Amino acid sequence: MSHNTDPNNLANNFAKYTALPRTVKIKKVVDETRKIKTFFLDTKIWAAPGQFIMVWIPGVDEKPFGLSYIGNDTAITIQPKGKFTKKMLGLSVGDRIGVRGPYGNGFTLKKNACIIAGGCGIIPLAPLAEMIKNCVVIIGAKTSEDLLFIERMRKASELYIATDDGSSGAKGYATDILRKLLKEKTFDVIYTCGPEAMIKSVFDIAEEHGIETQASLERFMKCGFGVCGQCVINGFRVCKDGPVFSSEQLRKMTELGKFARLKSGRKVTVKEYYNWRS
Amino acid sequence: MFETTKSLKTKLLGINLSNPTIMPAGFLGVSADSLIRAYENGAGAVTTKSISLEERNGHANPTVLSFGYGLINAVGLSNPGIDEYVEEIKEVKKRKIPLILNTIGDDNQDFVDVAKMGEAAGVDIIEINISCPNVVHRKPYYADPELLSGLVQEVKDAVSIPIIVKLSPNVTNIKEIAKAVELAGADGISAINTVGPGMIINIETAKPVMAFKKGGLSGPAIKPIAIRCVYDIYEAVSIPIIGMGGITNGRDLIEMIMAGATAVGVGSAIYYRGLDVFKKICAEAHEWMRDNGYSSIKQIIGAAHES
Repeated sequence: MSHNTDPNNLANNFAKYTALPRTVKIKKVVDETRKIKTFFLDTKIWAAPGQFIMVWIPGVDEKPFGLSYIGNDTAITIQPKGKFTKKMLGLSVGDRIGVRGPYGNGFTLKKNACIIAGGCGIIPLAPLAEMIKNCVVIIGAKTSEDLLFIERMRKASELYIATDDGSSGAKGYATDILRKLLKEKTFDVIYTCGPEAMIKSVFDIAEEHGIETQASLERFMKCGFGVCGQCVINGFRVCKDGPVFSSEQLRKMTELGKFARLKSGRKVTVKEYYNWRS
Repeated sequence: MFETTKSLKTKLLGINLSNPTIMPAGFLGVSADSLIRAYENGAGAVTTKSISLEERNGHANPTVLSFGYGLINAVGLSNPGIDEYVEEIKEVKKRKIPLILNTIGDDNQDFVDVAKMGEAAGVDIIEINISCPNVVHRKPYYADPELLSGLVQEVKDAVSIPIIVKLSPNVTNIKEIAKAVELAGADGISAINTVGPGMIINIETAKPVMAFKKGGLSGPAIKPIAIRCVYDIYEAVSIPIIGMGGITNGRDLIEMIMAGATAVGVGSAIYYRGLDVFKKICAEAHEWMRDNGYSSIKQIIGAAHES
């Protein structure tokens, strides 16, 4: 008989199933760009890069954030988007927020890797780059002012930059750089996070070259632990089966880069979804 | 389809189920693909998210948390509205998966309209949900037998597929409500909806944690209440009961059936044991039945009652 049929088994383990926000203080705030800030928390969260926490501002809302720093210097990095992030960006050292998690699966570490990020997509990828060491990192953004973690990534990797307006690095997309690099070398894995159109392009390129992809995806989330079904892409729960998905899973996602769901669960185009989120 | 053993096969309101587990409303019911995935993981039937006539955004987060002994939720009945949702229903029904449509509404006509569109889209059973504790009800259907009877009659007259009514445990006399529902023409009863509502306060900030402040309780903490309610309902009516509330393993399933359930909802257990909890529970129930000399779950329905 399996242990799960023991009527006392769950009762003995209820504490580990608690998923309530615990309050932590903000211990340091760092301005990353004109708009983006990193909040270091007075707690240590040990997570795999790519895992996320649910952040609660009492009386406001609760949202998922990938960790930008992990462990001793646990931090989240916030870009202004909606009501929640604007409120968060107004908080200072000593203020209290609630956190629960870490949730989700995180990236699987491999050598000979290329990390490709669009805009704030570098947030969950930065700790990964530092852990892998000696990988290639490509960051794409609209302008030089939107580039995040540039010095940090320069220290940890062979860094390439692309901006839409050419104000920093090469003019064009991060995927242009990826294509160029793939003419001279290959990678065992490509890690990616960013706008979904970019992720889709990266995945298509990786597939053409027979390279494994690990992509971190985003959807509007509620429970964070896989029961409510709000954050699904096809049948995949971003909070529980992801947020990092494998090539095999990405191949099955007919909605990737095309559809996402609003708070009501209504399926709309990814473009409409992004308009709602910003 | 997930093949279970013969001993778990059952029939609910004329519909053949491979086993008595049903994924209830509120769990993974947002998309057709999720419902299909639950079915592939062993659910005998699946239930949609609660669907209303118009789109609803629900409450702000936190909407679903775990307090250890169970879950607390106040999602607030978010759904895209039946017009949009029929596409998900059609997708599920392409696979011939037994599907229950959980309907919500502000008045009788809302329920009738949603039920009719659901029937047209191919659902097998209409579930009238009047018992969600996480919204302000315009009409107190859940605790008013007369009001509820009128609703049940109108929906019953409007559709030709079976209708069941999901009851709240948060009433003084659940037998009285169950009898009224049966008399009004309901084909079955599902019980229970979430308990409470309850509240959790974060003491460092002195603030209720849920955005809606309170929320309905589910999971292992409420199982004895669910068992008692189903036991009471079984004494009061002769229509089939879908029993739910904290069912987490095979022994729980057997217990719920002995209380009087024909089929059993499994929801919060997805959190404790994963999406394949349906398969796990079936395997455990089958093993228990084999060890205790039962060959069919029909032999144990209501077994806890004195004959």
